[in-house]
Amino acid sequence: MTALLETIGLQKAFGAVVAASDISVAVQRGQRLGLIGNNGAGKTTFVNIVTGHLKPDAGRVMLDGKNITGLAPRQVRRDGVSRSFQIPQLFTSLTLEQNLLMALAILREEGLSSWRSARSDARMAELDDLLDRFSLRPYRAQTIAVLPGGVRKLVDVAMAVTHQPKLLLLDEPTSGVAVEEKFPLMDVIMHAIEGTEATVLFVEHDMDIIGRYADRVLAFYAGRIIADGKPAAVLSNEEVQRYVTGGAA
Amino acid sequence: MAGIVGTLATAAIACAALALAGYAAPNWLVLVATLAFSKGLVALGIVALMRGGLVSFGQGTFYCAGAYAAGMAMRSLGIGDATVLVALGAIAGLILGVIIAPLLAGYRGIFFATLTLALSMIVYGILNKTYSLGGSDGLNLHAPTFFGYHPPRSQDASYALFLFTSLVTVVAAALCRIHFDSVRGLLSLAARDNEIRVEYLGASVRWVNGINFVIAAVLGGVGGALSALSLGHIDPDFAFWATSGEFVFLAILSGYVSVTAVFVAAILLELVRSFSSQYFPNTWQGALGVFLLLIILFLPGGLGSLALRLRPSGAKPVQASADKSE
Repeated sequence: MTALLETIGLQKAFGAVVAASDISVAVQRGQRLGLIGNNGAGKTTFVNIVTGHLKPDAGRVMLDGKNITGLAPRQVRRDGVSRSFQIPQLFTSLTLEQNLLMALAILREEGLSSWRSARSDARMAELDDLLDRFSLRPYRAQTIAVLPGGVRKLVDVAMAVTHQPKLLLLDEPTSGVAVEEKFPLMDVIMHAIEGTEATVLFVEHDMDIIGRYADRVLAFYAGRIIADGKPAAVLSNEEVQRYVTGGAA
Repeated sequence: MAGIVGTLATAAIACAALALAGYAAPNWLVLVATLAFSKGLVALGIVALMRGGLVSFGQGTFYCAGAYAAGMAMRSLGIGDATVLVALGAIAGLILGVIIAPLLAGYRGIFFATLTLALSMIVYGILNKTYSLGGSDGLNLHAPTFFGYHPPRSQDASYALFLFTSLVTVVAAALCRIHFDSVRGLLSLAARDNEIRVEYLGASVRWVNGINFVIAAVLGGVGGALSALSLGHIDPDFAFWATSGEFVFLAILSGYVSVTAVFVAAILLELVRSFSSQYFPNTWQGALGVFLLLIILFLPGGLGSLALRLRPSGAKPVQASADKSE
């Protein structure tokens, strides 16, 4: 079976800093893949290369057998790769409803229209479904600027899961969220993703989150992958404990 | 669809109301309103750009192109019908807009503003030295006909031009309202907030800005042609930076929320200009400056945001939903 995502020999350097060194990974459909590593280890660079934000110095990114290396983010999105961000990238002066409507409207088969209202019946039904799945209904009419951080994280992810992406990359979905809210937040996200075909890659610093939600883990260090496997095996790996978790497995 | 029907119904009522108001109003006010609507159309183009986060300081380019296209068609081809002349103005704006949009769509902020300003000043310089287009003296135009009808008296001609301008203005305003409420219109607001996210959702910000630019160019061309017919004269000052600045002034005064506010602002400005230049001929620009300062300080969302503030609190949408305010 061909992998959904395959990266082959990815290289990326920013001056003297090597952010990706020969990154070769194959991700199978339906996997929940956790990416761990210290700051600067190369996790976000990997996500940025896969989503088209960065062009690798060398190597290829294959999605479903198609070479998507160096394509612009919007083209990669159209091929089925979607992402959320460490710092939520939202339309802060618009309401939550308008943010989600944008996400629902942009990739419609009929394309962008200068005539059709953004609030068609079909789209409002999709919006209602999204609001329920992500427990966002109470905030529907509020502007993003006034929403708490945890809700913004949910909106960021909700915008990414529209139009059934094949591959969903979540960059630190629980960063900046209070400790006691991390698991409920991840529960909402994972519950909302259930039933979709999306393969999920998520960057995370919290090993408890990794242990509970990932079925495979990649550990990054200095732009390299130093461990790849089941969470228990990776988290007990000596190199991972030395360079990533600091001994906390 | 209900929104579109509502907008068109409002437009029909506005047309009828303007026709009655123009009939009852004194001739001087009809002339002022005609010119105000013409300039309001150009400012509406800037509003379309502002919704995407861009401000053009060079809409005089398209204003001038529309005016000269209408003027040359009248003088060289003998075309006298207002509909054809305004259509030619729109086409001139469209052609220029389609050519320039790809060159400028990648620029933002001060770079975009300065480049548009530079283009308009190049056009201004060329027109001043192009004697076949009247040079710095410009061109005089005679009164147009309206679908073959030639108004017998000058007062009838003023009213006919007002009716025609009102019709064009209302149609353009309705189309803009529909566009602003559409997916693409909402996308402009989104692009202004966060270009990265728009790209990651699968849309091209460059394309969004390019289309807004072309819309603004067409509106500039239409406004220019109507102004030329209204004034009966065209000169290179149509492309001068101060003329473009006036359109920006109008757009700031109206805000980007309401289409109607653009034309209310245009009439206000023309009235202030008319009375001030009569009673305070040397200081009226200062009065305008103070007026703009007060608007920015106390009504940063422009006149259009006033409608939102005046609504009962229960019915008041959040500020960001302002694109549905009309």
